[in-house]
Amino acid sequence: MTEKLVIIGNGMAPGRMLDELFEKAPGAYDVTIFNAEPRVNYDRIMLSPVLSGEKSYDDIIIHDEAWYERNGVTLLKGARVTEIDRESRTVTAADGRTASYDKLVIATGSSPIIIPVPGHQLPGVLAYRDLDDVERMLEIARNGGRAIVIGGGLLGLEAAYGLKRQGMEVTVIHLMPTIMERQLDPPAAYMLKKALGDRGIDIITKANTKAILGTDKVEGIELDDGRIIPGEMVVMAVGIRPNATLARAAGLTVNRGIVVDDGMATSDPNIYSLGECAEHRGVCYGLVAPLYESARALADRLAGGSAEYQGSVTNTKLKVTGINLFSAGDFAEAPDREEIVLRDAAAGVYKRLVLKDNRIVGTVLYGDTADGSWFFDLMKKGSDVSAMRDTLIFGQSFQGGAPLDPMAAVAALPDDAEICGCNGVCKGKITSTITAKGLTTLNEVRAHTKASASCGNCTGLVEQLMKLTLGDRYNPAAVTPMCDCTDLGHDDVRRLIIAKGLKTIPAVMQELEWKTSCGCAKCRPALNYYLVCDWPDEYADDYQSRFINERVHANIQKDGTYSVVPRMWGGVTSAAELRAIADVVDKFEVPMVKVTGGQRIDLLGIQKEDLPAVWADLGKAGFVSGQAYAKGLRTVKTCVGSDWCRFGTQDSTGLGIRLEKFMWGSWTPAKLKLAVSGCPRNCAEATCKDIGVICVDSGFEIHFAGAAGLEIKGTEVLGQVKTEDEALEYIVALTQMYREQGRYLERIYKWAKRVGLDEIRRQIMDDAEKRKGYFDRFVFSQKFAQVDPWSERVSGKDKHEFKPLVVTGFSEAAE
Amino acid sequence: MTWVTIGRLEDIPLRGARCVDTPEGRIAVFRTADNQVFAMEDSCPHKRGPLSQGIVHGTSVTCPLHNWVISLESGSAQGADVGQVRTMAVRNDNGALLLELTELRVAAE
Ligand SMILES: Cc1cc2nc3c(=O)[nH]c(=O)nc-3n(C[C@H](O)[C@H](O)[C@H](O)COP(=O)(O)OP(=O)(O)OC[C@H]3O[C@@H](n4cnc5c(N)ncnc54)[C@H](O)[C@@H]3O)c2cc1C
Ligand code: HEM
Ligand code: SF4
Ligand code: SF4
Ligand code: FES
Repeated sequence: MTEKLVIIGNGMAPGRMLDELFEKAPGAYDVTIFNAEPRVNYDRIMLSPVLSGEKSYDDIIIHDEAWYERNGVTLLKGARVTEIDRESRTVTAADGRTASYDKLVIATGSSPIIIPVPGHQLPGVLAYRDLDDVERMLEIARNGGRAIVIGGGLLGLEAAYGLKRQGMEVTVIHLMPTIMERQLDPPAAYMLKKALGDRGIDIITKANTKAILGTDKVEGIELDDGRIIPGEMVVMAVGIRPNATLARAAGLTVNRGIVVDDGMATSDPNIYSLGECAEHRGVCYGLVAPLYESARALADRLAGGSAEYQGSVTNTKLKVTGINLFSAGDFAEAPDREEIVLRDAAAGVYKRLVLKDNRIVGTVLYGDTADGSWFFDLMKKGSDVSAMRDTLIFGQSFQGGAPLDPMAAVAALPDDAEICGCNGVCKGKITSTITAKGLTTLNEVRAHTKASASCGNCTGLVEQLMKLTLGDRYNPAAVTPMCDCTDLGHDDVRRLIIAKGLKTIPAVMQELEWKTSCGCAKCRPALNYYLVCDWPDEYADDYQSRFINERVHANIQKDGTYSVVPRMWGGVTSAAELRAIADVVDKFEVPMVKVTGGQRIDLLGIQKEDLPAVWADLGKAGFVSGQAYAKGLRTVKTCVGSDWCRFGTQDSTGLGIRLEKFMWGSWTPAKLKLAVSGCPRNCAEATCKDIGVICVDSGFEIHFAGAAGLEIKGTEVLGQVKTEDEALEYIVALTQMYREQGRYLERIYKWAKRVGLDEIRRQIMDDAEKRKGYFDRFVFSQKFAQVDPWSERVSGKDKHEFKPLVVTGFSEAAE
Repeated sequence: MTWVTIGRLEDIPLRGARCVDTPEGRIAVFRTADNQVFAMEDSCPHKRGPLSQGIVHGTSVTCPLHNWVISLESGSAQGADVGQVRTMAVRNDNGALLLELTELRVAAE
């Protein structure tokens, strides 16, 4: 007979436990979960990337609805258990829902500590624990202002970073002299504080909060020393307290947390406890890796086994993009301890190992954390390191005299060595999954094991494991293939297309021995671009190999409607144009009209069937496609320049329009955005564009390789020219060079980094013959590219794209 | 169960798709490079992306919204993603395409 298993709390620990249980003993239990949060099980540690906007809630779901259905688990959402009746073996939630159990697991996690200073109940004082907290933070962040984070520990700093990314000013208040003092020694804390300072986060140490100010919402805080810091939000991240109230009320043994034995059983043998609420051998853990270890033991127990959890040694990493930090163990100084320190100021690296009796007891790594798991493993095992003391700090690859093959080092790691700290994935799990599922690429390993799928710190290690497991079938040093359909990289394919004179997609696939019959959604658009670029006059564009936006010349939106952005040359428009747009908006009941970041107007929410008619009306007013959807020339932003502006040095508007009229319609490896500013005040923001021009008295400064998207990067200077004609020629030549060498989807700044700025300057600025060659090839290609795709379609091209094959099934029924 | 004529094979581009509006909702009908025809709901199991707008390769389609790959044969998501699209039978009688519908309804006038 199946037994009834009831779980209180649906956090990360019981989630993992159930995964293990269903693998070990499928169908053994009829499972019911009570969860106070109204949602499924998600990856709590990834709330920080959700807060910073680097991930969405959907990305961090661990078990979706289908998982509960598939495993026959009843999940009661929004059900906070208020009573456990051990007599009748039932639990009851606040809303009256109840269930009886044979075995019960209490996994209520912990609650954030809120310091009861005056004002702590004001709206705008938040904790940082669950998705609701994140949503509240994002709501306040939308209006900007300053966030005050109380607590400079792991959570507080991640919250600070996320809120900064959301555009708030951020101040962190920390009681101790250095931040993250439990995980970091003062030098590492100093480096971290500096790095966060560089990211615009103010950190005030040795500061105690006296009161939170405000009448009906937060307006700031007051410190003990009388300082007042104004702000719109206070996030308290000062620690957590195990949620043990329920267990205490039920009469179970409770210290700080719910006391469990090595089999995770509480003082009642039918009741177990797991997660942050449990106390094992006097320790309450606050990180997932140890919880996952105990989850494994409990799953085994519930499946009838006798596994014993032995406690864990933990380590910490900070999930702030661009900061590498690793800390484990105890690193306080003491007479019987020795330390080994390595500093490399130029590289921003600090490493410290603390030894006692020739064994590592503490590790702090900042800047370069590659050896973190090796040191951690030596520490956990208590290995004697005297033989390699002299070179220990240089890491694993320096051991054994001559630099050891890093592969041998990874091979030497035991199966239970932790590789991915974020997701608690050990070596054995990675290698066995690679073998069992036949994985050959890093992305597959990420998808199936979650290793390296979160912060990415362990990517190098994972790649080495793949090499180890797969041998020659995986070679991280080799070029990355375009996709799974070929072993060739982008550069090889481009070279071979020209060398072998391949002029159709089937020809490329045949000659270069593609492994699939007709490619995939990654290689086909790339090949189509390469062929368009290399054979502009001969190649017939293959629309079925284009992404939908480029196939229908509009941008698909989340609901399947499209948006339409007509060109406004250089961002300049007129009454007639605006009137035509207004008429289109009325006629087609366009739900949203928005000014884009590229100085033009976007009409959103247009039905696909209506596109040709919309274009026809816009076309009558002289509009052509703005190609806002294209891997090609998008916009040329301009400022008003010498025609109007009192600072203007050149006709920046005129040059922008000229560039756009010359270059529109051209396809490029990735999108290409330009801007021209009339003076160094740079009102057109030209210095974060793919290509930008800053006009000066003596001519035109050409910039390139900027980025202002996921990554932000100022441009590099290509060089200065005297006349507008030259500016046009040099910019066009640069564009053609990028078109010929860029890998599909590689933005100009990435291409420039790969081939080298000096090489580009040499070819475009110094080598007149090369420059002319590029320029001429661009001009030739434009003859075939400058056809307005909208008017083509208004005249009937690709009619099938815009209407359904048939509307059917309705009338037949009437017969 | 009824077979309904929806058009001819040539109406659908090679490695492409067209839509059919039916009482069961919008159905995407795909034609592969080797002239096989498949039909399924025009709705991705991830977030309802219109699969008919995706890129067709082999016997799969890649969703235009977030690149899930769906098997045209089984309707299930490929790779590490998990999800299922409802498929329907479609027949090719010498170029005439017939779609099998379970539900017929009189069109609302
Ligand atoms: C923002 C953030 C970042 C973090 N980053 C890291 C990190 O980088 N590395 C790391 O190792 N750890 C990190 N942690 C800690 C880690 O998330 C926790 O250790 C882990 O989630 C605890 O798991 P759990 O299952 O014990 O509890 P939880 O995941 O907290 O789940 C407990 C659940 O029980 C529910 N519950 C509570 N009481 C009741 C009741 N009476 N009835 C019903 N349901 C109830 C709660 O609503 C909650 O959903 C982070 C935590 C946060 C908040
Ligand atoms: C599917 C994804 C995306 C969609 C649908 C989208 C849509 C748009 C649209 C419609 C515009 C106005 C464009 C115009 O006027 O031509 C725009 C502008 C912009 N987009 Fe995107 N975008 C996407 C991805 C990105 C990415 C990945 C980046 C960064 C790498 C980015 C950075 C920008 C920037 C910086 C602008 C402003 C341009 C300017 O000021 O000149 N977008 N986006
Ligand atoms: S960039 Fe210079 S010329 Fe252009 S608007 Fe600004 S101040 Fe005027
Ligand atoms: S328009 Fe751009 S910034 Fe806005 S949600 Fe879409 S991709 Fe993100
Ligand atoms: S809707 Fe299809 S992949 Fe997201």
